[in-house]
Amino acid sequence: MEITMEKPSIKKAVHDSVIDPSLKKIPKIKVEGVRVWYDDFEAIKGIDMTIKPNTVTAFIGPSGCGKSTFLRLFNRMNDYIDTFRMEGKILINGKNINKKKVDVEELRKEIGMVFQKPNPFPKSIYDNVAYGLKIQGIKDKKFIDERVEKALRQADLWEEVNSNLKKSALALSGGQQQRLCIARTLAVEPSIILMDEPTSALDPISTAKIEDLIFNLKEKYTIIIVTHNMQQASRISDYTAFFYMGELIEYSKTKKLFTNPDKQQTENYITGRFG
Amino acid sequence: MNSNRKNKWKDQVFKFWGIFCTIIGLVLLVVFIGDILVDGVRRIDWDFLTSLPSRKAEKSGIYTALMGSIWILFFTTIIAFPLGVAAGIYLEEYGKKNKFAGLLEINISNLAGVPSIIYGLLGLEVFVRIMNLGASVLAGSLTLSLLILPIVIVATREAIKAVPSTIKDASYALGASKWQTIWHQILPASGGGILTGVILALSRAVGETAPLIVVGALAYVPFAPESPMDEFSVLPIQIFNWISRPQHGFIENAAAAIIILLLITFIMNGIAVYFRNKWQKKWK
Repeated sequence: MEITMEKPSIKKAVHDSVIDPSLKKIPKIKVEGVRVWYDDFEAIKGIDMTIKPNTVTAFIGPSGCGKSTFLRLFNRMNDYIDTFRMEGKILINGKNINKKKVDVEELRKEIGMVFQKPNPFPKSIYDNVAYGLKIQGIKDKKFIDERVEKALRQADLWEEVNSNLKKSALALSGGQQQRLCIARTLAVEPSIILMDEPTSALDPISTAKIEDLIFNLKEKYTIIIVTHNMQQASRISDYTAFFYMGELIEYSKTKKLFTNPDKQQTENYITGRFG
Repeated sequence: MNSNRKNKWKDQVFKFWGIFCTIIGLVLLVVFIGDILVDGVRRIDWDFLTSLPSRKAEKSGIYTALMGSIWILFFTTIIAFPLGVAAGIYLEEYGKKNKFAGLLEINISNLAGVPSIIYGLLGLEVFVRIMNLGASVLAGSLTLSLLILPIVIVATREAIKAVPSTIKDASYALGASKWQTIWHQILPASGGGILTGVILALSRAVGETAPLIVVGALAYVPFAPESPMDEFSVLPIQIFNWISRPQHGFIENAAAAIIILLLITFIMNGIAVYFRNKWQKKWK
């Protein structure tokens, strides 16, 4: 498989801002007055925002600003932290995900996540992608085979691995591992994908591949990506949210935020004056 | 310059002191094993392994004690393994990390350091008397299970702690439940460590004498156990019994039995090392 060095992202970024008006009516994700504490430390200090379907939204901000904590609220990955406490509401497709009766496992099938460092399971490539289906109790081998192939194709990895799906996932390169992790997430067919600095551990070529991938996935998925790389945010996202000290400072169309921000703090950050 | 030379000199002194200390331990062990081998190795043959104990040293064998040890080992394994591993999993994955958990943790570590004879007294009271099991294989196994439980729990927790949290996160993020994550990811990844810990704990159990004496294991049993409710003897008790006899023949017997016991522990430790290496390779 030829690695295409040509970056289509910039070209595509031009029609970024055009969003199908029909998609605007239902917000995919609605956040209302969310506050988060770790013990006494207030990590998120009251955030309201809506995220539209079939868009890429980038969360930027300096380390420790709360953007990763905020991202992990959407699939309730903070539940495992004993000192974690939150207030406020997060509605996904109109449903409050923090209600007691919400089945967290079901929620996470709807909302996939890709992590900062590629974290494939120490299993074969096939088993990695099939894992999400197998834990749902799906046994139909043909169905799983089809889903695995589809997911690997979507993640642009199929051509590179189809000759040997039984190979250990740990034998893949870092970039391939991260695409495998994306494939693993896609196999479950979520509607929202959360990405927590997915390219921070990768080289530029692998990063470019993942960015292209994110761009293409937007057609079917709503993507939220936390990134430290502002070029990346401006290349791939439709909307950008700037966080600072647990607050949402500015949230607007990516183009506007990077060319004509409303707040001085935002401008300082994106021009590299701090952070 | 002067202080530099002084430091180098100190360095040398410490190096030789270290070598000396290491050698003391090794030499003692080698002398001990050599002495045992000289005394006992001629005594080991098939008859020695398959004969019942007897009043005549040259006719005596370790059959009943060896079978007793195997029975005890078997039941200790099936009792301590599931209990210890499940407790370890609970404490590491389910239990909240609060003050109570801290207290529990300290106490489990403390239990690992309680003298084994105390466990023997506990076993005597609870299993032999209250539960009315008598001086049986089952009572002995339960007592030894209590003895090694803290070791198994600690080993399980350590092995689980070593599993990267990124793997757990990935599993949860795909919609796996806690149990699915434990079963499909955590246990396969920590299995080598858990197994190593369990085997090392069992190899300690197989050498225990004091608690079994207290529970009522016999020095002389004319038959091998046929059910968990039978009376029993074990190798260390057989050895203890033979050593206390005046006739030289029994000393030889004791040495030969010690060789067998050492072999069993070495083999078990070898298996533990094998598992550890095999698992490590799979992970890299």
